[in-house]
Amino acid sequence: MNNRDTNFDQSPSRFKGKIITDEMAGKITRVEELAYILKISDVMSSSLKTLSPDHSMQDVLVTMRENRISGIPIVDDDSHALLGMVSTEDLIKCLANQDIDANLTKYMSTKLVTVNSFDYLTEALKLFARTGLGRLPVLDENGTLAGILTKGDVTYGLLRALEHDYIEEEVRRYRASHLFEDIESDRSSLILRYTIEHYDFTHGGSASSKIKRALLRLGANAQLARRVGIGIYEAEMNLIIHTTHGGTIHVEIEPHQISVYVWDEGPGIEDVDMAMKPGYSTATEEIRELGFGAGMGLPNIARCADEMDLRSELGKGTHLTMKFFLKGEDVVGEGYTGKGKKETENDA
Amino acid sequence: MNIKNLIKFIDGDLLTKSADLTREIKGGCGADLMSDVLASIQPNAVLLTGLCNPQVVRTAQMSDVAAIIFVRGKKPPQETIDLANEEGIPLITSPFGMFELSGRLYLAGLPSLEQPISE
Repeated sequence: MNNRDTNFDQSPSRFKGKIITDEMAGKITRVEELAYILKISDVMSSSLKTLSPDHSMQDVLVTMRENRISGIPIVDDDSHALLGMVSTEDLIKCLANQDIDANLTKYMSTKLVTVNSFDYLTEALKLFARTGLGRLPVLDENGTLAGILTKGDVTYGLLRALEHDYIEEEVRRYRASHLFEDIESDRSSLILRYTIEHYDFTHGGSASSKIKRALLRLGANAQLARRVGIGIYEAEMNLIIHTTHGGTIHVEIEPHQISVYVWDEGPGIEDVDMAMKPGYSTATEEIRELGFGAGMGLPNIARCADEMDLRSELGKGTHLTMKFFLKGEDVVGEGYTGKGKKETENDA
Repeated sequence: MNIKNLIKFIDGDLLTKSADLTREIKGGCGADLMSDVLASIQPNAVLLTGLCNPQVVRTAQMSDVAAIIFVRGKKPPQETIDLANEEGIPLITSPFGMFELSGRLYLAGLPSLEQPISE
């Protein structure tokens, strides 16, 4: 594991001594980012086999064989200070001299390259790259030995951190997906409310985005989350584009159905039947330049929802209801359906 | 085709970071009207567009788009890039136009993931 060449070795030196421009920053991978977030103490091996300087090379050989390790830190019994390291190379030199009974201090390396446990991983990567060493002793704040860092530890630590990113979302999903299980009532539901401002294109879609994420965490399958997400996104954009004062989105989630209520206080739709026709739009040129106003919003909503009801009164406002029904064994918030259980229907 | 290969194939530049570039692309869809995208696109498509505002990212997120390609070397504003980073959707800019890109990708074996809109 120690001699395996990894890309991590090169990453810091690629940026060494350079000011990182925005363009370069864009090319930094998550792994490189992690090297600046993780501390050496996060990834090092801290359960250590050490020897005091009064042992023989024979003891070194036995310790290495029994623990299947290739380097042993030599530590002073009283002060706990790190005195040196004995590696397999040192042992080979000793065997070549047929000098196995010698005291280990005769063969140990005392010129040590060490790292600090509180430094970022990137410091260790630089040292690995520069020195070609396979392992670095790690010292704590007091200068005493805290652990050993090998390239294998680095690889493992980075992989674990990457996996953690993934698991965190999985845990959230697991927790949320059982939301309704321990709550007893005749009919439990979860209500999410969002206020949408008129002409707020900057945040346009953020409510739908949050709702879609909530549904996925609650255990909804990808296809349902997509349908609900698209339907609400169209409605949200309608509030932003067409209303006088914005409006409200209200989502009620029950284990077997999702009801969405969207309402505003004006100006109202003059001809609801016309508005439902694909391609019909009252949007301005400005709105079209933003990629909306194709006259597909309401027809899209009708296509996504299992039931849709649109009521509008000119000068009073518009009320839109969308209902989504979960079929068969699909539920939200009542048990974990597991990831990838049902990929989207349209998947080729 | 995965996103990494796609970027090479279209002389593209990746504008976002920390996205999963091994994600497999199932096909493509090209449009500047986001409602058209929402109405017709199927999951795991690459979206070709000339529209650069953050709504492109929202639209992509809602419709499970695998990556967005900006045509004709267009570069979206920072707010679009920020949102894409947040949502983990790769943004790519390519020097080719919409027609040329569609042709190239279609010839490379990517089918159309635009389903006809009919009720």
